[in-house]
Amino acid sequence: MATLNRRVLPGFSLSLGYAVFYLGLLVLLPLAACFLKAASLSAGQFAEAVWNERTRAAYALTFGTSLTAAGANMMLGLLVAWVLARYSFPLKRLFDALVDLPFALPTAVAGLVYSSLYVPSGWLGRYLVPLGIAGAYSRLGIVLVLIFTGFPFVVRTVQPVLEELEPELEEAAATLGANRWQTFRRVLLPPLIPPLLTGFALAFARALGEYGSVVFIAGNKPFHTEIAPVLIVARLEEFAYGEATALAVVLLAMSFILLGAINLLERWSKSRAT
Amino acid sequence: MQHNVKPTRSTSRGDPWPVRWGLTLAALAVLIVLVLVPVVNVFYQALERGLAAYWHNLFGDPNTRHAILLTLMVAPPAVLANLVFGVACAWAVTRFRFPGRAILLTLIDLPFSVSPVVAGLMFVLLFGMQGYFGPWLRAHGLKIIFATPGLILVTAFVTLPFVVRELVPVMEAVGPEEDEAAVSLGANGWQMFWRVTWPNIRWGVLYGVILCNARAMGEFGAVYVVSGHIAGRTDTMPLRVEKLFQEYNTPGAFAVASVLTFLALVTLALKTWLEHRERQEIAEALASTKTKEKQ
Amino acid sequence: MSITVQNISKRFGSFTALDNVSLDVPSGGLLALLGPSGSGKTTLLRIIAGLEVPDEGIILYGDEEVTHRSVRERNVGFVFQHYALFRHMSVFENVAFALRVRGWKQERVRQRVGELLHLVRLEGYEKRRPSQLSGGQRQRVALARALAAAPRVLLLDEPFGALDAKVRQELRQWLRLLHRQIHCTTVLVTHDQEEAFEVADRVVVMNDGRIEQVGSPHELLQQPASDFVMDFLGCPDYSI
Repeated sequence: MATLNRRVLPGFSLSLGYAVFYLGLLVLLPLAACFLKAASLSAGQFAEAVWNERTRAAYALTFGTSLTAAGANMMLGLLVAWVLARYSFPLKRLFDALVDLPFALPTAVAGLVYSSLYVPSGWLGRYLVPLGIAGAYSRLGIVLVLIFTGFPFVVRTVQPVLEELEPELEEAAATLGANRWQTFRRVLLPPLIPPLLTGFALAFARALGEYGSVVFIAGNKPFHTEIAPVLIVARLEEFAYGEATALAVVLLAMSFILLGAINLLERWSKSRAT
Repeated sequence: MQHNVKPTRSTSRGDPWPVRWGLTLAALAVLIVLVLVPVVNVFYQALERGLAAYWHNLFGDPNTRHAILLTLMVAPPAVLANLVFGVACAWAVTRFRFPGRAILLTLIDLPFSVSPVVAGLMFVLLFGMQGYFGPWLRAHGLKIIFATPGLILVTAFVTLPFVVRELVPVMEAVGPEEDEAAVSLGANGWQMFWRVTWPNIRWGVLYGVILCNARAMGEFGAVYVVSGHIAGRTDTMPLRVEKLFQEYNTPGAFAVASVLTFLALVTLALKTWLEHRERQEIAEALASTKTKEKQ
Repeated sequence: MSITVQNISKRFGSFTALDNVSLDVPSGGLLALLGPSGSGKTTLLRIIAGLEVPDEGIILYGDEEVTHRSVRERNVGFVFQHYALFRHMSVFENVAFALRVRGWKQERVRQRVGELLHLVRLEGYEKRRPSQLSGGQRQRVALARALAAAPRVLLLDEPFGALDAKVRQELRQWLRLLHRQIHCTTVLVTHDQEEAFEVADRVVVMNDGRIEQVGSPHELLQQPASDFVMDFLGCPDYSI
């Protein structure tokens, strides 16, 4: 194993210099502008901008729908990852590739098609609306589209771990007298907890910031179906830059916390796997 | 985010077949309702009124034509910039150890975790008319926000991590030995890079570029904030979809959406093929360091 | 081209890989650095090559101090432990690499590569890829590649470690013959005592970042300088 010495391989200053320059310009500078602007507000203004009836409703909705969607993704993702990792069936490769579609599909398209599917005349709405399930212009609609956009995260973090599990573990459990359910609960599930949580956190983080798809399906009624990013845009359109920035800072803080949590979870996952 | 579609192992015989079939059907149902039905629906709704209407929706409307062109003008520069950055950053991070390396890696992940609306807002605060550089830009007759440069900048921000995150594991797996060998044989930096490093990483780079491009063309929230959505001037394809939707022009919206969906499907296909090549590359790299070979 | 190592020390964090090591390699000699893993022998080899930078001490090639010259400027032939062949290039291109980066014309390149492949007995393999070669063949390509630009010094890092016992033996003898032919100052790193004794004129026994003893195989066996040398060398099963 080679020890890496910056004076042996060329290009250290050039590559690092350029990378830092680029990041500074494209990431740090905008972030600085954001915090600078937020700091220009007085404490009172900041508090009023981020904590009033409308924003509270937006936080509650954003948080609630993202949590629900991420939770649903955790279960659905486990199911799909399980089936893809362990069973075979016709067209498996096709379905496996489909899992990644929400990554590749523009959010606007997702929003457009989801809203049109669940309206009373839509392909799914015509069966669901009579049952009382309104998937469009409702909170359920928001959750549905967030499930779509976050779907690949859990599947793709759980699937590799499932595939790496040795069959010998299950065989050992069987020889020791465990039935299938016990084997699942005691032997197979525990190593899946770290990737499940990591996937959950990733899906949750993605859902919190999601805008493009939600805008189509939510109806965006303040206090009812207005998520936080939509509120920020509303403030921007009123030219209330200070208030918009204050809200943005709150979302940023949440992003950073989640980023840290995800890093820790991934490290925990790795240490469990070895 | 990649994985292998591995051959199924004997453990599947451990689950009783009702369980197997029940779970498989449930999983397929999830995939179909969640992913497949929407995709089919997009194409159905786009083509519902026939090919002539579809064609007209796409190319008969000047604003839609412009949106397509604008998307094709905005995405490539952003992807190119992130490509150069991605290679440089991956080289620095995988071949050297330096203080602040961990911070750099965290910074790279940042655009992934920031809401696109917040991303757009940050650039408005910098370059908007009331922004920090606003007066300076106005004095020089330059426009970034509500113009194409702003779209490119914000798209570059949002897609920044894609190439780097793809390259770092590839470069770590391939290892520095060949690069060191090239230098020991007298190659200078560029010779080493083009003759030795690049052939080993090109599939990873291509993979990152494809994902980067898909996201760049489909970005909505950040571009929405920065564009001022002036139809015919600053609307990219995703924004055009929204505009048409607001105007209750559903067939038009779905026509544009179908182009974007087709792009997504092509991206998926390329991605699957490249994953295969990339895995081969890494497997070969690992095999060449295996001990104990027979002649 | 002789090699002089003077007072070289190298630390990796809190771990001392080399502690005040000094050594002379006569021009045209074949020296083996022998020791258990962690003894610092590979680190020393890489410092001689310029693939590592020492914390203290100097390296001389002949009369010239090269301590702060880059590996590229030192014109060494380095054979890596796992060969580090360029996977995307044919055997011909691998061997030609050093010549190409020096801008040699195609005709000269072809001639030189032909000579080298003849030397390592791999004529006819020009178009093969490394993945199509056996371990022993890859080793010989790595050697030919390192020799292409007529280096002043040839350095081999555990060159036969990854090979089958039979192949190892053949290649050892072959390396010895090659050295007699080309007379290039050669330093070889190995943890295999039999290998060191069979191939090298002089052997340097290392342990824990220090040199325990330097001498011919005979000297080392007859007059071990320390308990470590005695224990490490044990009883070889052939006579010198």
